[in-house]
Amino acid sequence: MAVVLYNGLGVYWADPLELVELADGTKLLGEEVERERDPHSEVERVKYHVGNREFGSAFRWVELADVREISYPDDAMKLDRTENLNYIGYLEGIETPGLDVPEADTPQERLAAAMVAAWQKHDQEIVPIEDEAGEIGRELNREIKYAIIDAEYRKKQLLRGGAPADDPEVTQIDQELECLLALEKDLKDRSHQLTLKRGKLKAALDENVALFVDSAGRKSTIPLVDIVRFTLPNRMGFGAKVGHYAAKVWELLWDDPREANQDGGVFPAIMGTVLLVFLMAITCFPLGVLAGIYLGEYAKEAPLVRLVRIAVNNLAGIPSIVYGIFGLGFFIYLCGGTLDCWLYPELVEEGEMVFGQGCILWASLTLGLLTIPVVIVSTEEALKQIPRGVKEGSYALGATKFQTLCRVLVPMASPGMMTGFILAMARAAGEVAPLMLTGATKIAPVPTSGDFPYVHLDRQFMHLGFHIYDISCKSPNVEATKPLVYVTTLLLLAIVVTMTSLAIWLRSRMRKRYQTRAI
Amino acid sequence: MQQPTDEVAQSAQQAAEERITLKSPGEAVFGDTAGAASQIARIEDPIVKCRNVCLFYGESQALTDVTLDFPRHEVTALIGPSGCGKSTFLRCLNRMNDLIDGVRITGTMDLDGQEINDRGRDVIELRRRVGMVFQKPNPFPKSIYENIAYGLRIAGVRQKAVLDEAVESSLKRAALWGEVKDRLHESALGLSGGQHQRLCIARAIAVSPDIILMDEPCSALDPRSTTRIEDLIGELREEYTIIIVTHNMQQAARVSDFTAFLYEGELIEYGPTKQMFTRPGRKETEDYITGRFG
Repeated sequence: MAVVLYNGLGVYWADPLELVELADGTKLLGEEVERERDPHSEVERVKYHVGNREFGSAFRWVELADVREISYPDDAMKLDRTENLNYIGYLEGIETPGLDVPEADTPQERLAAAMVAAWQKHDQEIVPIEDEAGEIGRELNREIKYAIIDAEYRKKQLLRGGAPADDPEVTQIDQELECLLALEKDLKDRSHQLTLKRGKLKAALDENVALFVDSAGRKSTIPLVDIVRFTLPNRMGFGAKVGHYAAKVWELLWDDPREANQDGGVFPAIMGTVLLVFLMAITCFPLGVLAGIYLGEYAKEAPLVRLVRIAVNNLAGIPSIVYGIFGLGFFIYLCGGTLDCWLYPELVEEGEMVFGQGCILWASLTLGLLTIPVVIVSTEEALKQIPRGVKEGSYALGATKFQTLCRVLVPMASPGMMTGFILAMARAAGEVAPLMLTGATKIAPVPTSGDFPYVHLDRQFMHLGFHIYDISCKSPNVEATKPLVYVTTLLLLAIVVTMTSLAIWLRSRMRKRYQTRAI
Repeated sequence: MQQPTDEVAQSAQQAAEERITLKSPGEAVFGDTAGAASQIARIEDPIVKCRNVCLFYGESQALTDVTLDFPRHEVTALIGPSGCGKSTFLRCLNRMNDLIDGVRITGTMDLDGQEINDRGRDVIELRRRVGMVFQKPNPFPKSIYENIAYGLRIAGVRQKAVLDEAVESSLKRAALWGEVKDRLHESALGLSGGQHQRLCIARAIAVSPDIILMDEPCSALDPRSTTRIEDLIGELREEYTIIIVTHNMQQAARVSDFTAFLYEGELIEYGPTKQMFTRPGRKETEDYITGRFG
């Protein structure tokens, strides 16, 4: 916990850039990452993050004995880029053939102004084209595609039903299809044109570049729009560092990931996690409470009930990956497949699936199944804890079993039920194994949108736990994502703690209202 | 053991003042079930008539041929050593024993002409007519107001005016109004033990029952609270029939009009309290009252 806190919180603090002159005369510019004594050679060495992945590894080990001199050049600059992660070097100048950049006192200020201008141009010229292309792409891939599939399916059904090829209905569908195909072609052409146009504009924009040189004297030309932000860590005061830290955290929380999850934010993963747990809660909590009430209050001690109770208690101990397998087999293949056959027969024929694949609905139901025993057991326990006298008091006033349950027992047991809910939520939020089989994925947009039905249960989703697994074990550049692993872990813990404390706060409010007096 | 008819007539005349007649007073030998069963206290216009009530918890028998009548608008005390079945018997009267699995009852219990243990009988209606106050005060974890209104609310009363009125009058009758009228909407759990019990009595009164069963209502209370409850019982007898189980002989003597002595599930003696405590008909009763056993 302390390790995660220490490493996670420190990631976004701007460290100074050291210019290290080595014994052999070479220089390197970078941030010190860690220091250790080599276990074999007993040599003290330092790891530097030197960035500039286009020239090789972004990290270098330097033996302490080789270091001749360390200085902190004032104008050393660190860039966050959309490609190849960080660049560390010195600004040489900028070239802005297509931009109107105001003059500024320092090259850094000029770079900032040029970046603003470049991004403005990008937003004005390229973004609308991208939006339109995206819109067309969606139309092509959704409406038109499904309309064509649907028409073809209807035609096939008619022909299979023995209708002749010149049946008026068939010809009508043929006409429909013709229209659709023509529309599809139009849209494809338009999309192609847009792609070309965008390419041209982007190429023109990419001519606006900044020129850099690194510590080894290698020159780089970086398009302005590829630079996300630049910093001069050696010049930054404390306030500037705090500002930089806040900006990075903001990016983490609200932005999409960049470069195969190696950089950028984790917003979709946060939303995916929260949505998943929320869906899990609204499905599993009512069911679990009802089952607990039935077992605790209504069920007679029959062998079958005892069997159910044993099963419920044992369910809590099953490894979560087994639930994943069950979710895959039962929910996705059986339920999802059947649902698809009923709702979208034309898609099934084409080998397409809607619910028959991993998605947030099945993932949340699988998680619900995993956590429901906890809710059932704690509901039953909470009901058992209620003094017999209170129950009898209610019956003695002429209350039915149901009235007693609703008005006295459930309110009194609610803090206990909440405890079960909290435990269930804490377990669900941290569970990854079952999700890998039921719908969590490496990169996916947030499964909500402005289009009906707003929450898309049939979509795959990102999940913080899965994200941690992905960036720590599946990333092409494990060294570079290490800090991100700490940050994401911290974030996941923070979310679990937040949701749990919310539930605990709710429970303490309930306790105050319905506390049982110790008699 | 049959007594001459003239003697029965004579004692009936005698008991006209006390409204009671005893058959074969004090002659049944202790442990002789036939004798105990034949000892019927005859009461005019009883509210509940019990005949040969036997109760079994699975295999074991808890009550054996209990036969007695409860007088209307009087306080009847059930006394006897622990485990003699007096609480069990009390709980038969509003069928609280239904909540326990494996309880079987034989014999008849007649409440105003209707059999209590009838299968088709509406238990809800019965419990509304026969309220109960328990040994441990058991207020609900709700406000004082909601505790009293509970019985009416579950009966379907919604009008606020009716509820307000009922809450006030029941709290007044339970002698609790003055203490709680300023904090009706605070949690009932904040009251003291004695107040809790009066609250439970008020809660029982609120649904206007005919009978109030009290199962050792003062055993968990201090002497002062006990006195208040006893005074309250004295006032309530004007309107309600009260049946009280107690371990405290003095209490039985103080608050009740009639006393029934149970031992090992059998009714040993039943009669006016004054008579029971001054000249008990049977030796066992005398021994128990004077503390020689039990």
